[in-house]
Amino acid sequence: MIIGQIKDGIVLDHITAGESIHIYDVLGLGKLDCTVAMIKNAESKKMGKKDIIKIGQIIDLDFAVLGYLDPGITVNIIRDGKLDKREHLSLPERVKGIIRCKNPRCITSCEQELEHEFKLTDRENKVYRCVYCESKAPEQTK
Amino acid sequence: MKETRNLIDIMDLSVEEIDELLDTASDIIADPDKYAECCKRKKLATLFFEPSTRTRLSFEAAMYELGGNVIGFSESNSSSAAKGESVADTVRTVGCYADIIAMRHPKEGAPLVATRTAGVPVINAGDGGHNHPTQTLADLLTIRREKGRLTDLTVGLCGDLKFGRTVHSLISAMSRYSGIRFVLISPEELRLPEYVVNGVIEKKGIPYTETTDLEGAIPGLDILYMTRVQRERFFNEQDYLRLKDSYILTPEKLVNARADLSVMHPLPRVNEISVAVDDDSRACYFKQVLNGKYIRMALILKLLGVRV
Repeated sequence: MIIGQIKDGIVLDHITAGESIHIYDVLGLGKLDCTVAMIKNAESKKMGKKDIIKIGQIIDLDFAVLGYLDPGITVNIIRDGKLDKREHLSLPERVKGIIRCKNPRCITSCEQELEHEFKLTDRENKVYRCVYCESKAPEQTK
Repeated sequence: MKETRNLIDIMDLSVEEIDELLDTASDIIADPDKYAECCKRKKLATLFFEPSTRTRLSFEAAMYELGGNVIGFSESNSSSAAKGESVADTVRTVGCYADIIAMRHPKEGAPLVATRTAGVPVINAGDGGHNHPTQTLADLLTIRREKGRLTDLTVGLCGDLKFGRTVHSLISAMSRYSGIRFVLISPEELRLPEYVVNGVIEKKGIPYTETTDLEGAIPGLDILYMTRVQRERFFNEQDYLRLKDSYILTPEKLVNARADLSVMHPLPRVNEISVAVDDDSRACYFKQVLNGKYIRMALILKLLGVRV
């Protein structure tokens, strides 16, 4: 299968196989007018199988959100058909607005417009806890 | 501009700051007159969205004994919270009237939200089953006055270790001192949450045991910290009724306890300590109440930046 080269845009590489649809949804890529290509189960020497997303436009990406969703992703920024910048992601220390605290005793359950916020408390086991009540973040639904 | 200091979690204070607070409290006990006017013209707001006797009155007594004044409410029905006002807005309003706020709220994390809009120091006076740092300061002052140290102690915690916020805060605080061992005594359903076991006790390599057997644990303890099974933390009344009488401390159960055991309780008690234990010289829970006032005086002074 051949997917055309990008002149100016972003390639999200090394996405865990099968997760590209989730990333596509969370980043809202369906709202873009440019070309977006999703490649599932591509062969990878490092990972065996991987997903790739190619975006035909340079857009602002929230690296914290992306790092939380899949810290193994490599972000390649392409300008004039050449690799301009490469970012290796890692788990962010804090994530806002993408995980919801499920603890009914937490202030986030009733306080108006309070953004749900989590902090990384165990990098090895990818444990995030609510900054308000310290409840463990629910497992990601993928 | 000077940064506003708050107390939301006992871990907001360094060990040195806690020692300093305990020293100030001890000095207040020794010479209360020296502190009688030092908060003149200052106002403490006590915002209690949940009922309390000891904590609220202790804060109010503390401020009066420092020469200051008190405003506030003692239940959410008598505040604009009953009209649906957010914590952030309530506190922003109160911050216009008061120099310092003590806040109790049934929702976990509410005092942290308050710090963002108050503009004055905020003290967490209990947020749901989460934290209760000033009770912990009262506990530490009591332990230091009773034992003469905060190190090398076997501390038994008994009852509702799941929702008992005083237990969580005390464990966090004591875990910073050397030679501490914990004995966690609770029914299976009310065991200490894993975020405290893993995140505090195991992370610091502190020796601990978990048991359901109070009588078996008592002889090895320097401190027995009893807690109430709290009806207000249960969504299911049947669960509360099943667990509420899990542990009742009686004089008979203290027969094999050490002569220098300190029996503590954050109060209020329901029936988990028999009234017959009150006359035992090892019962310290009413001393905790009095110590709570002194340590809150010390805390108010510190957060207001008042030097005596």
